[in-house]
Amino acid sequence: MFYIHCPYCCEYREEEEFHAKGQAHIARPADPDQCSDEEWGTYLYFRKNPRGLHHEIWVHAIGCRKFFNVTRDTQTYEIKETYKMGEQPKVTSVSDTLETEEAAQ
Amino acid sequence: MSDVIDIDAIGEGQVAVMDQLPSGEIPAESPLHHLDSTVPTFTSKPAGVRLWEEALKGHLVLRGNAEDPTFQRGVEAALGMALPERLRSVQQGPLSLRWIAPDEWLLVCPGDQAAALEIRLRRHLSGHFAVVNVSGGQTLIHLAGPDAAMVLKKSCPYDLHEHNFPIGKVVTTVLAKTQATLCKIAADQWELVVRRSFADYAWRWLVDASAEYGLIGDTPATAAQRRASTGRHPVSSET
Repeated sequence: MFYIHCPYCCEYREEEEFHAKGQAHIARPADPDQCSDEEWGTYLYFRKNPRGLHHEIWVHAIGCRKFFNVTRDTQTYEIKETYKMGEQPKVTSVSDTLETEEAAQ
Repeated sequence: MSDVIDIDAIGEGQVAVMDQLPSGEIPAESPLHHLDSTVPTFTSKPAGVRLWEEALKGHLVLRGNAEDPTFQRGVEAALGMALPERLRSVQQGPLSLRWIAPDEWLLVCPGDQAAALEIRLRRHLSGHFAVVNVSGGQTLIHLAGPDAAMVLKKSCPYDLHEHNFPIGKVVTTVLAKTQATLCKIAADQWELVVRRSFADYAWRWLVDASAEYGLIGDTPATAAQRRASTGRHPVSSET
């Protein structure tokens, strides 16, 4: 059991109050009608499964019931940071940076 | 009974508001109405814990943008009190307003005022907001006495130390295997808002957890006082 900082309650709360909701920062294609099947399928079904840093959505289910983001190490379970929806992570890994660069090209 | 109130009176952004209080022919029942016998009204040793339900209160969920000055002013004009800060509650006469989430508050009022307050809020608020009467969906339990904190410490993972949980603080957290909104209203007194469907479980849990400290329902004097002020019979002190 560990304490998780809820960015909306601004407090550390018991893990029991939270649920994990999967990968964060998944952008919905701007125009789904113009998507190829592959792009849409990737958006809908394909998720990362990294060993190391992972950005996830969590929900403070028994509390303020707000969704927020967590940067977590899947290997050590260490939570590096929590931040509100719409914000960007401060803690990023090399693979995050590479992906951002790829997306930009 | 349950009449739809004159919606013209509400004005802009009309919503049909329903007075959910049943009329005299159908008695209102709290979710804990059947648990009279679970709390003793007399103990031979000093009671460490007092437990009673504040039945049939009005519960309104209020949602809106806390940053919006128009919303803030509207709430203040309607209720006579400003929105509470994060994790706090405010009290104004028979009304109390608790913080639930950054854009959500719970207003607890006497049961027969819920519909009137809902209309009042709708009159004073505009734009993007919500007022929902959830009176039937939850109930209010009082836990008091010198050992009340011990009962809660057994039941929830939140830090109840006075440095972390001063009077007036509100926290929604795990209670046993369900959840409750805890509000500390005095040094040794808590108000717990529990969901209707879990009220039976939470109540029985609290009764069981309190047994070792000596449990009693509300003292007859305060029960009588409350009966006089609300016109309703509290569940736990019925004999």
